[in-house]
Amino acid sequence: MDIPYIVQERPDTGLTNVKLGIWLFLASEVMLFGGLFSTYILLRINAVDWPLGSDILNVPIGTFNTVVLISSSVTMVMCYAALKLDDLAGYKKYMAATIGLSVLFLGVKLYEYVDKFSHGDYPSGSTFLAIYFTLTGLHALHIVSGVVVNGYFLGPGAALWNTNKEQFINRIEAAGLYWHFVDLVWIFLFPVLYLL
Amino acid sequence: MSENVDEIRAHIKLYWKIGAALMVLTVVTVAITFIDFSVPIAIFVALVVAATKGSLVASYFMHLIGERKWILGTLLLTVLFFLVLIFIPIMGHSDTYGRHVTVPNANAESPSEVAH
Repeated sequence: MDIPYIVQERPDTGLTNVKLGIWLFLASEVMLFGGLFSTYILLRINAVDWPLGSDILNVPIGTFNTVVLISSSVTMVMCYAALKLDDLAGYKKYMAATIGLSVLFLGVKLYEYVDKFSHGDYPSGSTFLAIYFTLTGLHALHIVSGVVVNGYFLGPGAALWNTNKEQFINRIEAAGLYWHFVDLVWIFLFPVLYLL
Repeated sequence: MSENVDEIRAHIKLYWKIGAALMVLTVVTVAITFIDFSVPIAIFVALVVAATKGSLVASYFMHLIGERKWILGTLLLTVLFFLVLIFIPIMGHSDTYGRHVTVPNANAESPSEVAH
């Protein structure tokens, strides 16, 4: 049995099931990260002493990673625009750039983690480090998931373009919405953890 | 593909501009930490800049501008619950003004145990 309304919009919602589904998923993700941000606030306002993020973390590296992730968001939205222009080669170029930037982000994050561990800074070291590793670790897991999904759409998943262009564009739009959400979370994580 | 080619090309130009604005705002976020604000003002300014960047991403890259009411309704509910989630600890903390309260330590003896 075919899944209904993956290309045509539902008459009642005016949306495809793909789009409504991904937005509902993102709503649950907001609550997931919201719970952790709430935890951060609770820990911080009740702490007798709270370190300045810039005294513990490397701000230039964090800024560089922010630029990398924003760039990946731009290339991701270009993937969608390229498909709308019927330009599969352009789509593949931008998707490869998105994946490359994502891997670069993860590489820099790994470098930061290794540097912290080499100085004996583990999550058990302090409340700040515990919430730092929890928030950035969960965010990095989301990046890994995005790389897997985007890798599929760059490779075998792109075959759908030959049989059903509209459905493929809808899939890339959904993947893009997820990716921009991951970028959006980092936009808040960066100042909260690194600068304040 | 309801949009025509000219419209899509105009959107592409806009996406590049939004990307550039996000880069500039990232520099602003870092630059304001060099200004000697008090902690509450520094937090407020940093979060305002972050919220501006977030709204640009949501509005243009995620196409929330002109999105259907079902999506906007879903997000409105999410924002409502998110605010409740964020303000619960703050309100809980406000209840304790004037009293010395620390985060519970699972390994600490309770005051009654110490008294005995």
